[in-house]
Amino acid sequence: MSEPKFKVTVDNITIEVAPGTTILNAARMIGGDVTPPAMCYYSKLEGSGGKCRTCLVEVSKGSEKDPRPMPKLVASCRTTVMDGMEVKNITSDKVLEARKGVVEMLLVNHPLDCPVCDQAGECHLQDLSYEHGASGTRYEFDRRTFEKEDLGDFISLHMTRCILCYRCVYTAEQLTNKREHGVLDRGDHASISTLLGKSLDNEFIGNVIDVCPVGALTDKTFRFKNRVWFTKPVDAHRDCPTCSGKARLWLRGDEVFRVTARKDEWGEVEEWICNDCRFHKKETKDWVVEGPSKISRHSVISQGHYVGVKKAPVLIDKVIGKDPKLLMDIHSISDVNRPEIELSKIAGPAHSNDFKDTGK
Amino acid sequence: MKLLLEHAHVEGIRYYDTYRKHGGYRSVEKAFKMTPEEIVEEVKKSGLRGRGGAGFPTGMKWSFLAKPEGVPRHLVCNADESEPGTFKDRYLMEFIPHLLIEGLIVSSFALGSSMTYIYIRGEYAWIVDILEQAITEAKNNGWLGKNILNSGFDCEIYVQRGGGAYICGEETALIESLEGKRGNPRIKPPFPAIQGVWMRPTVVNNVETLAAVVPIINNGGEAYASIGVGKSTGTKLLSVCGNVKKQGIYEIDMTQTVEEFIFSDEYCGGIANGKKLKACIPGGSSVPILPANLTLKTAKGEARYMNYESLADGGFATGSMMGSGGFIVLDEDQCVVRHTMTLARFYNHESCGQCSPCREGTGWMYKILKNIEYGKGKMSDIDLLWDIQRKIEGNTICPLGDAAAWPVAAAIRHFRDEFEWHVNNPDEAQNRNYGLAHYADPIHVPVSA
Repeated sequence: MSEPKFKVTVDNITIEVAPGTTILNAARMIGGDVTPPAMCYYSKLEGSGGKCRTCLVEVSKGSEKDPRPMPKLVASCRTTVMDGMEVKNITSDKVLEARKGVVEMLLVNHPLDCPVCDQAGECHLQDLSYEHGASGTRYEFDRRTFEKEDLGDFISLHMTRCILCYRCVYTAEQLTNKREHGVLDRGDHASISTLLGKSLDNEFIGNVIDVCPVGALTDKTFRFKNRVWFTKPVDAHRDCPTCSGKARLWLRGDEVFRVTARKDEWGEVEEWICNDCRFHKKETKDWVVEGPSKISRHSVISQGHYVGVKKAPVLIDKVIGKDPKLLMDIHSISDVNRPEIELSKIAGPAHSNDFKDTGK
Repeated sequence: MKLLLEHAHVEGIRYYDTYRKHGGYRSVEKAFKMTPEEIVEEVKKSGLRGRGGAGFPTGMKWSFLAKPEGVPRHLVCNADESEPGTFKDRYLMEFIPHLLIEGLIVSSFALGSSMTYIYIRGEYAWIVDILEQAITEAKNNGWLGKNILNSGFDCEIYVQRGGGAYICGEETALIESLEGKRGNPRIKPPFPAIQGVWMRPTVVNNVETLAAVVPIINNGGEAYASIGVGKSTGTKLLSVCGNVKKQGIYEIDMTQTVEEFIFSDEYCGGIANGKKLKACIPGGSSVPILPANLTLKTAKGEARYMNYESLADGGFATGSMMGSGGFIVLDEDQCVVRHTMTLARFYNHESCGQCSPCREGTGWMYKILKNIEYGKGKMSDIDLLWDIQRKIEGNTICPLGDAAAWPVAAAIRHFRDEFEWHVNNPDEAQNRNYGLAHYADPIHVPVSA
């Protein structure tokens, strides 16, 4: 006997999901633009979500039984679907405005030091503000700063960049046998910290780097060595006694610059890896390379190989009647990109004229 | 009409013997002859509404409590009264602690809670001693402990001190704090009635609500419902502060007009020092502020009454809320911008920092208000403030975001000219007050002092 299914409609696209599914996960099953962004929710971490408020959606019809709309916008990551529920995400102006507000709030105290931030290029906050934020800020005051805290030899903490998503706290709580860090203080001076400045010492604690949506927790062994978009991700595995050993190597030439866990299309870790794999196995001979990673997130790290960009099965223009911001392949719309011109044939540095004269 | 404060002025009412002599613990005797369902029914009939601020019908809240087999249920008394301007629970607990204990025993019996907690604000340290003494006295006289009045019902009351955070007055943050965790509000659903303390079904009620159960059981729900007007039944404690002649705690039956409450000698006795009324916050710092003309009369020109419905008449455009009963009165010498800044500072300091709009927005609003108050504001700041509060309100996990947004919204809505005057006359604004302008109290000419 098949499980009962709930019908839920997100932005006029109807899908059947199992009871207990959250609105966000239902929207992820549809995929594409109708999926609300999530900065704090992490499907692999129990109890996460509800904090960042970027995934707010409007429930225009509660359920088949009780069709009343919900009075407030709800956090889609923590609201489970009801049968016959109708949800408005990008079709609701209220949602778009609230989300813009949330992005602005998140950036109010964010240092925006992207040029020197290791997370730049794979930063969820960058993606979020690019997609949903305003072009400027209205904040005119000093941004909060924190005393620097040392978390040990492998993890570097930049508290000023933190958006307090609590993901790293849940990771340490659920993945390791003892949590050594947490949130101290409250309000806008709340900070991720260890009690009495201890270092984080656990063989799975490196995963907090992967779950961090911003550059607050970064890998000290990779720090300032390279920009992520210059390194090439490949999937590799090794026989590891502690973890699954399935990781992603970030290479430049044959040099392994960084090892991370493999991430899925929502930027979530597929399988946790141990500190040994992450921090100590930095030679290609340690690994069996499987092949180039498929980066389906439309991030700058996937430049040049837009494989598997997932588009909504239902065309968006049918949904909202106006031109949506689809995940564009910049190579097909840019004048500069002319694949028929071989750069190596051009004498000297390429000039825009080189692209204008030829072709068409 | 006094129900809760009936014996408040009896000397020694704090102690068991005197309290008992004045009819104390009668309601427990009566309640234990009823079934729990009958007590809940009685509370439903009384129309009692939560006195903590939201005004949710208590009987309904009690009937929502899940009752799974074999899972203990809990009653938690929310004594984390930290709203600026609200100090009614403090008075009740400090002077008539047995009234709360009595209400707690009856309510615990009605809800089947054998382990009942009083979560008290950390700063009320001395009241903890008073309550614990009252609990010991009640226990020694057989009102608490095992097999109370041979009913087979066991009940213990524990007092838990908070750490001094305003946010722990939010029921789910209170529960987290009670469990020994960081006081972050939980994301609802699940509601405490399903999963509360230690994931067990829990009811969280305000001190005054639980104390009001005593007269409801003594006199019957219908008798209680006959007091007051419409859906505002029974009596309400108000803590009055600000520029009135007689500040303090008042118990009203919600039939008075606001005008009578502020100006009659029976209550506040008028504005102090012969000044004029400028503005009023009728229900604790988080509810919208009202200018004098809207305090005394609704937008329709009818008299405004001291009850849930009338104070909320006109919605947020021209009304306010009964809230927790912290009645704050501002006279003509008070600066609304400075007042709003102080409140914004409070909410910035007390935000738990869990969700982004509240964490970042409250600090932002405070900084802008500080600029305006200290003569560095710009005209565009006023619209910016309006926009920020709009983006906080309704988008946060718990009501603290709303509580931070409403005072700012109401101040701009009703006193925009004062904000503009601050921006246009930065130097003058430092030295003198804007005054009354058109929202002055039109009725009462100051009596020469």
